[in-house]
Amino acid sequence: MQILEGKNVTKHFGGLAAVHQVDFNIHQGEVVGLIGPNGAGKTTLFNLISGSLPATGGEIRYKGKKITGLKPHQICKKGIARTFQSAKLFAGMSVFENALAASLFGTKRVISVPNAEKEAEELLEFVELSTVREMLAKDLPIADRKRIEVARALATKPELLMFDEVMAGLNPTEIAQAMELITKIQKKGITIFMIEHVMKAIMNVCDRIIVLHHGSKIAEGTPGEIATSRTVIEVYLGE
Amino acid sequence: MISQKPFLLGLLILILILLATIPLYIPPYPVISLTSIIMYIIITVSWTIFSGPTRYISLASAAFFGVGVYTSAILGHILPLPVVILIGGLVSFILALCIGLLTLRLRGMYFIIFTFGISELIRHSLLWWETKIMGTVGRWVVAVDHVVVYYVILVIFILALLTAYLIRRSRFGLAMRSIGEQEEAATHIGINATVVKTTAFAISAFFMGATGAIMATRWTYIDPKIALNPLFSFMPVLMAIFGGTGQLYGPIFGAAVFAYLEEILITKFPYYYMLIFGSILIVVILFLPHGMVGLVQNLRKRGVKRQNANS
Amino acid sequence: MFVTVLDIVIGGLIMGGIYALIAVGLSLQYGVGRVLNVSHGEFIMIGAFATWSLYTLLGISPLLSLVICGPVLFIIGFLIHRSLFQYLRDKSESIGAFADSSLLASFGLLFIIQNVALLIWKADIRGYSYLNSPVSILGALFAAHRLVALLFAVGISLAFYFFLKHTRLGKAIRAAAEDPTTAQVMGVNIHWVLAICFGLGALMAGFAGPLISMMYEIQPMMGLEYTIIAIIVVVLGGLGSITGSLIGGFILGLIGSIVTYFDPGFSLIAYYIIFILLLLIRPTGIFGK
Repeated sequence: MQILEGKNVTKHFGGLAAVHQVDFNIHQGEVVGLIGPNGAGKTTLFNLISGSLPATGGEIRYKGKKITGLKPHQICKKGIARTFQSAKLFAGMSVFENALAASLFGTKRVISVPNAEKEAEELLEFVELSTVREMLAKDLPIADRKRIEVARALATKPELLMFDEVMAGLNPTEIAQAMELITKIQKKGITIFMIEHVMKAIMNVCDRIIVLHHGSKIAEGTPGEIATSRTVIEVYLGE
Repeated sequence: MISQKPFLLGLLILILILLATIPLYIPPYPVISLTSIIMYIIITVSWTIFSGPTRYISLASAAFFGVGVYTSAILGHILPLPVVILIGGLVSFILALCIGLLTLRLRGMYFIIFTFGISELIRHSLLWWETKIMGTVGRWVVAVDHVVVYYVILVIFILALLTAYLIRRSRFGLAMRSIGEQEEAATHIGINATVVKTTAFAISAFFMGATGAIMATRWTYIDPKIALNPLFSFMPVLMAIFGGTGQLYGPIFGAAVFAYLEEILITKFPYYYMLIFGSILIVVILFLPHGMVGLVQNLRKRGVKRQNANS
Repeated sequence: MFVTVLDIVIGGLIMGGIYALIAVGLSLQYGVGRVLNVSHGEFIMIGAFATWSLYTLLGISPLLSLVICGPVLFIIGFLIHRSLFQYLRDKSESIGAFADSSLLASFGLLFIIQNVALLIWKADIRGYSYLNSPVSILGALFAAHRLVALLFAVGISLAFYFFLKHTRLGKAIRAAAEDPTTAQVMGVNIHWVLAICFGLGALMAGFAGPLISMMYEIQPMMGLEYTIIAIIVVVLGGLGSITGSLIGGFILGLIGSIVTYFDPGFSLIAYYIIFILLLLIRPTGIFGK
């Protein structure tokens, strides 16, 4: 089943087209990568999907229903969650509170505080952050901060989870751990759409990869196809 | 170590009983002073309900307070006191809803400037209207006995405090804090920021309006300059920053100290109190960014560290 | 009829020139320094009162005072930024935190400066007359001091515009305003530029104050109104655009002059209405990004 579909998605800033008529399809259960040089429009595309930015043109559908034009909180409740390139945590709040807030507000159902607390606890265990639950988010090292973002996103019970460079700033051990976490999440049945620059991770984890350059889609295919695609290699070598 | 919560609660009840019985044995003048001080505490606590967790600095307090004052002036002759106060609160509530829906999509600086602009717009418009259309600038308000005013203020104070406390501990309060920490992330975890902000803004305005309505009966003569004095917008900010917005007692303490200071300074050094307030504000911003609450918390942390080091 | 229109236009240009000056000043402080200096009007007030004192006590011409007040206030502004705001900037955890704390600190300054003025000059309204003789232009009569004020206001505005466009320091300032990080990388000493910009804001106040005192009565509480007008003009012209503040000043001045003709008490209300509409419909202003 198609879980996310974009047709002719476009975003203009003044005269500049940050995203230009991009089509994409994501099927339920897939892990799809989104790559491209800096400035290619990847985060902008995520912003359009999550509702942070209004699209200038085109249409985005989630499970068949149009979501272009909806606000972020509405899209979140429908089942799309995301992380941010520069982890946008609730820095002055504790790790637990970060997760709790998402449990309380992230879904359409009305949930009691004790139940939300329980769910938050379980999620912190899932991302292996239980030991630091009372620490303030801003006091944690970067790898843990990323985990908080993941826990928070998961707390909203998404069917589609979008990672924006979740591995940026991590060392090789931490990258391996992150890849494990992503696989764990996929096993739960959650579809994953991820922006990444860490090529090793993308090639190993993704079923399919979409390549953006200067706002347009220039290639799409399996990791094998993308790795050997002349267009893609030129674009990256050219940088 | 005495268990903290019951102790604090007992202390609070004791203070409230004390406050409730004060008019029985204290002459009128200090009671009136106390009324003013509690007025400032209510405005500051109300301001903190919204501006504390969300970090949107509102300078519209004078507008909400002033609208309450004018409600009293206009309706005080026709309706009984409790109704007037309620309406004063409601009109401010509705005003805040309108302002909130219009501007809470503006960020940071724009919001601060806008709220100040609206306050001043209302003040100047009232002045213009009263002069041009009504012919007189001031209005007379039905006077109310100072003891009654005191008790009304006390009731509003208790309600405001209770509301602030309940909100702080509720999921609504958590939502507000999330917005204050990182608004974009907050919207992405399902929080409808506009609704949360506007509601909190309106709740805080309600108490300011109710307070304005009762204070008008104390002053008996009001005009736009008195009712919508910009100081009512600036002082709560100053008091809350000084006290610290992190805990509930911060704004109460800050307002109590400053209101009391103002009472003393206005009589003894009327020409210096702005200077002193301004200097305190700058000192606090430079060295005590989290206000007195922050200072207390720092001292406590150091005390705990010393305990741990010694044991 | 023609005389009335001329009256309105020249009146608008005079006010516009003053508004342009104070708005450019505020724009420099906020656009580059990121300090929304709500005490800006108090600097203007000090300039006005210093001029009054110099004239009534020592007979020094307001135009000479202008040349004195400007630089003196520049130095004071520079020092205040280097000490107070620089410290806050270094200590702040984020841009947002700095914006809030600097705003509050400038409130403190507002209280302090206003109180100092009250102590020195008391709360009375002051005025003086200087160059009162009427001058006739195309049949309309204007007090000479108004025309002199117009000349100076427009002249300083143009000179400053030139400075920004064609001098090295001016270009450094514009670069820092557009993109502080890149400017820093390119060798612009950002600390000095910020402090200089803040000082330049005070310089503008130091010029505007004397000009205002020549034409109107002054009282120690006058500052806030000018600060608000400066903010409105900056938003009108577009945050971050100094040219916008210049042009916006003249636009608002003309509007004010027209409104005053019909109803003198209404001009401030008109400004507020424009301001609120701006914030709701086009917060980026005319030239802003």
